[in-house]
Amino acid sequence: MLEKALTGTKKYYGWMAALLAVIGVGFACYLWQFQFGLGITGMSRDVSWGFYIAQFTFLVGVAASAVMVVLPYYLHNYKAFGRITILGEFLAVASVTMCILFIFVDLGQPTRVVNVLLHPTPNSVLFWDMIVLNGYLLLNIIVGWKVLEAERNDVAPAGWLKPLIYLSIPWAVSIHTVTAYLYCGLPGRGFWLTAILAPRFLSSAFAAGPAFLILLCMIVRKLTKFDPGKEQIQSLAKVVAYAITVNVFFFLCEVFVVFYSNIPEHMDHLKYLFVGLHGHGVLVPWMWASMILMVVSIILLVNPVTRKNETVLIVACITVFVGTWIDKGLGMISGGFVPNPLHHVNEYVPTLPEILIALGVWAIGFLVLTALFKIAVTVKEEVAGLA
Amino acid sequence: MKSSRRRFLKIAGISALGLGAKPVLDVMASSSETAAPKTTRGENALRAKRWGMVIDTRKLQSEEDLEPMIEICDKIHNVPKFENKNHEIKWLWEEEFKHVFPMQEPDFLNDRLKHMSFLTLCNHCEKAPCVRVCPTKATFKREDGIVLMDFHRCIGCRFCMAACPYGSRSFNFRDPRPFIKETNPDFPTRTKGVVEKCNFCAERLAVGEIPACVEVSNGALTFGDLDDPESEVTRVLRNNYTIRRKPALGTGPSVFYIV
Repeated sequence: MLEKALTGTKKYYGWMAALLAVIGVGFACYLWQFQFGLGITGMSRDVSWGFYIAQFTFLVGVAASAVMVVLPYYLHNYKAFGRITILGEFLAVASVTMCILFIFVDLGQPTRVVNVLLHPTPNSVLFWDMIVLNGYLLLNIIVGWKVLEAERNDVAPAGWLKPLIYLSIPWAVSIHTVTAYLYCGLPGRGFWLTAILAPRFLSSAFAAGPAFLILLCMIVRKLTKFDPGKEQIQSLAKVVAYAITVNVFFFLCEVFVVFYSNIPEHMDHLKYLFVGLHGHGVLVPWMWASMILMVVSIILLVNPVTRKNETVLIVACITVFVGTWIDKGLGMISGGFVPNPLHHVNEYVPTLPEILIALGVWAIGFLVLTALFKIAVTVKEEVAGLA
Repeated sequence: MKSSRRRFLKIAGISALGLGAKPVLDVMASSSETAAPKTTRGENALRAKRWGMVIDTRKLQSEEDLEPMIEICDKIHNVPKFENKNHEIKWLWEEEFKHVFPMQEPDFLNDRLKHMSFLTLCNHCEKAPCVRVCPTKATFKREDGIVLMDFHRCIGCRFCMAACPYGSRSFNFRDPRPFIKETNPDFPTRTKGVVEKCNFCAERLAVGEIPACVEVSNGALTFGDLDDPESEVTRVLRNNYTIRRKPALGTGPSVFYIV
């Protein structure tokens, strides 16, 4: 089936070439970073994780969200989602690929990465994160590919796939839980030291991921002869509506606990993010923008009139995606490092090469995503006799 | 055509097997003839069950009192000096009370303590979070309680920096060697991309010397075995009221302050 990714319209080639160009720029910047060290980024002794790890965290969520189409279809026999499970799984494959790359570009000594396998250390959460991420990647490649192949050959999927599919459901939850555990188990980092971090991660994931999948479905419908379906899009929209509502609710729970308990170590991070601390507040406008976007999206998505209007739905999905991206891709990581454990306020702003490397990784993700979607959609068109 | 391809594959296969088997045979041969490499302690090495330090801040009134200690530490450990604050490497440094003991600052802290500089360093915690999170065991705890770094195993993921509640760890954001004033050949310089921190002068203890900062402190710092009731350090701890940094976190710092 792989050959289907190699043929396409001029537009398809143009898009892939554009992505390759962005990847090229990112790769050149990475070579510079490889040569000089992570000093070309905005990270510091105080904010020792930055844009890369934040993108990783956000994308683990997008990856995990495949479960939102897999679960209703396979566990509850919700037939409508059968049309789009493959899109969810392939989105997961592209997202996990980006996650792994973001961890890799963040390493100070990337050539020593195999040490994680040579000296396996089960007491480190990073060890488990490596296992769950790679496992999830493998599961989605195998399940997505074999089910699509079966559909193409007009036969039922092989029986041995069933256990793997069922396994992929809790596994999806595990990748974001373990990723949250990277942060929430650390003493002395008041912002992350909260049991609701994993649930918050999951709720924002189940909002951002399906919102992005809706946008992808709309693009697929516009550009190809395959229609993911109105019902499918509306069902996904309901998932997004409740997930984003729960996400804001969880955040408010956090705000209550932090400010009613009045413990400075926990309050200071939220203060830094939303009103600034000791005159530093580079993220303040971003965080408020994120909150406003999330609230607006709740209004647009919960109200059936606006949700059912597909143009408004597009706007709502973009608001959800951007809102949750700011929350996790900008605020979540540097918010935990500022103020630092000695209560100094040293801010973090990514540098241009750092952003270009990140864009390069995103472009690789989109390249993988486009190729996989191209394969899936072409097969769907053939099966439906449209090609 | 066909037979020559088969022959080529045969030869290639046998060669690959030979190349692959050699290291295995080497290992087998060496294990039967010579014993595994042995490490032994130096005859003069200082030993303890749990090394610890007491900093008597009453004897360290001004920054001038701290400077010789910081200077000798930086010098013997090849700690670089960077202009860019983001890239800073710190093993032993100065902080105000409110930064060494954040959230422990009383409303009416006396004037002496308020503006005084305190020595800050790795606490060599009993239950070190940095050791717990390291995915490669590049940072590890020795039998004598010292938390050490293996600069050659560290992959530079910086999980330990996120985990340390005392900000005691530094990362080499760039090659540090051009920024070392005078290289001490007796201690390794580091490469870019690895984490480092105070090592309680493990290299000096190995040859029977106490940590350099303690040596030049004129008695302000006491170093010794916290597990030995007869040691100088436990005597000082028994006779003085001491505090530790962030005791509520349960990390069990091995550095104590008399304030």
